[in-house]
Amino acid sequence: MEALILTIIATSIPLLLAATGELIAEKSGVLNLGVEGMMLSGAVGALGAVLWLENPYYGIVAGALSGVLMASIFSIFTINFMTNQVATGLGLTIFATGLTGLAGAPLVGKTIPSLPKIEIFLLSDIPIFGSILFKQDFVAYLSIAIIIFISFFLKYSKSGIILRAVGDDHQSAHSVGYPVKKIRWYATCFGGLCAGIGGAYIPLVLTPHWSEGMTAGRGWIALALVVFASWIPWRIIVGALIFGGITIAQLVGQARGWPIPSQLLSMMPYIATIIALTMISGRLSKNNSVVPASLGKPFFGSQ
Amino acid sequence: MIKFCMRIFSLIALSTSVLFFLVSNSFAGSPTKVGFVYLTTPGDHGWTYAHELGKQMVEKRFGKDVKVSVVENVPEGPDATRVIRELAKQGNEIIFTTSFGYMEPTLKVAKEFPNVKFEHITGYKRSKNVATGNIRFYEGRYIQGVVAGLMTKSNKIGYIGAYPIAEVIMGINAFAQGMKSVNKNASISVIWANTWYDPVKEADAAKVHIAEGADILAQHTDSPAMLQIAEKKGAMGFGQSTDMSAFAPKAQLFASINNWGPYYIKKIEELRNGKWNTGDGPNHWPGNVWGGLKSDMLVISKFQNMPADVAQKAQKALDGIRNGKINIFAGPLIDNTGKEIIPAGKALDDGALWGMNYYLKGVNGKVPG
Repeated sequence: MEALILTIIATSIPLLLAATGELIAEKSGVLNLGVEGMMLSGAVGALGAVLWLENPYYGIVAGALSGVLMASIFSIFTINFMTNQVATGLGLTIFATGLTGLAGAPLVGKTIPSLPKIEIFLLSDIPIFGSILFKQDFVAYLSIAIIIFISFFLKYSKSGIILRAVGDDHQSAHSVGYPVKKIRWYATCFGGLCAGIGGAYIPLVLTPHWSEGMTAGRGWIALALVVFASWIPWRIIVGALIFGGITIAQLVGQARGWPIPSQLLSMMPYIATIIALTMISGRLSKNNSVVPASLGKPFFGSQ
Repeated sequence: MIKFCMRIFSLIALSTSVLFFLVSNSFAGSPTKVGFVYLTTPGDHGWTYAHELGKQMVEKRFGKDVKVSVVENVPEGPDATRVIRELAKQGNEIIFTTSFGYMEPTLKVAKEFPNVKFEHITGYKRSKNVATGNIRFYEGRYIQGVVAGLMTKSNKIGYIGAYPIAEVIMGINAFAQGMKSVNKNASISVIWANTWYDPVKEADAAKVHIAEGADILAQHTDSPAMLQIAEKKGAMGFGQSTDMSAFAPKAQLFASINNWGPYYIKKIEELRNGKWNTGDGPNHWPGNVWGGLKSDMLVISKFQNMPADVAQKAQKALDGIRNGKINIFAGPLIDNTGKEIIPAGKALDDGALWGMNYYLKGVNGKVPG
């Protein structure tokens, strides 16, 4: 049971990170559909860095930087050149899929050391809970720290409130004198940073090798998670764990021979996503305030 | 006037290109154009990589006499039809479509281009210009079963399958036959990934198997993820399609390696000599190449990470299949519900293998669907 919970957590972390980053970007009014592409860049960047520098921690940094690089490309187009965000985001994913395939070609067939587990003194000795909560790798702790940080940031800090203001009404924010474009740049790059680390987690912990398109659609699920969480950070943890839980539960069901067709079980995570999305959009029509009002709209102001 | 000139010009350009096309195609001694359609990229280090190695053997053998075009990352379905048609249009004389899901698209395009030869890998439908090629993967699975049966301590084997189709099921059953020949107490539980390729999902399935107590893992999916998990968690397993020992130096017991090169070379040679055929109708069965250990289409890598006596027994099983002494699906065969499939003294024929939709004794659960 313990091993299964650990597997669920490990499966959830890339989703958790990517969704958290996207949440911040969307809160500032930027809808970046390039999450999948940024995750792939993070994965290939991390693997390359670890092969080169032989230390998995550099992989996290390299993954983050690769994600930020992709996010910058997106920002230049959508924020400075005011292109359509949906089209540019899709383009970014397609571009990154090709680019990572090319960049990853020399990495094929190589394997890297995994991120070590960090045991927290004494706490990790608590039965069951200890090894689940306090014997994780650095990125797992980091992702929880990021969620806690942005929860407070969005709610209580002045910068967080400005960020939300920009996402809700960029015209008003602009007329009060806030630099809308600059703030969106930062938010999008933070999204890239998180997605990059999330992507890096796949080769650093889950499957320590490079293979093309290895994120296999997790970026899209991260996008759905943001809506599932209705733009509230802590709900992303719940959503990611539910998704990871169902994914693993269907595998366990097969191994134990539960009399449910495996195809149906494989569908479960996606059905859960659709149900969650429908439930939330039902609620949205009643109370529209959770969606950042300027989401996806380009800002035509001067800065 | 300008418009008129443009028209004349484009007409000339068009006719020259048509002429050039005709000339270049009929020119004697021109290289044979060969097309390949890949499901993923050689970067999967599994299924497609094995085809890539086969393609490289073709290029080495024929040199300037062939011109090879490859299309990678072709999804199974309507996209495949488009890609195969494009390859046929470009004048490829023989096209190898290297995944099961290309079966219908291949047949469809073959009807449109009766002069182009098609070789569909792992399919079971043939036509006048579609032949099929496959490897008796299950022979390698039998040896895996022998090794697994001898190496397991928990008597639990975890098996990861892609889709519940006959090809994968016969592999599981062959594995069970090998396992039972040395160990009556072990059993196999199967997780279907419902994908050929998703490293993270394959890794998850491996973790679940290990958490459920399995100590030997086998896979019928494409990435090395399962073996990497085995390596990390102290379990052992078998490489798929190519030698994966680089990913799991301590965990790989051996790998069944797909060796497509000789088959590709043979078929291209036949085409060049005008001898290519799919056999006679209605089934064109002789046009089906289904080679295994005997014809070296399936190769077994070095036995490693196992005691000498286990390796010896594995070698014995390998030799037995090669020289025909071991018939993997010889009766009496009993399925896992206790129903007799075939009595003693008889054996399943190739056709029966392709109709497998049941697990033999030794496998837990039920075939989905």
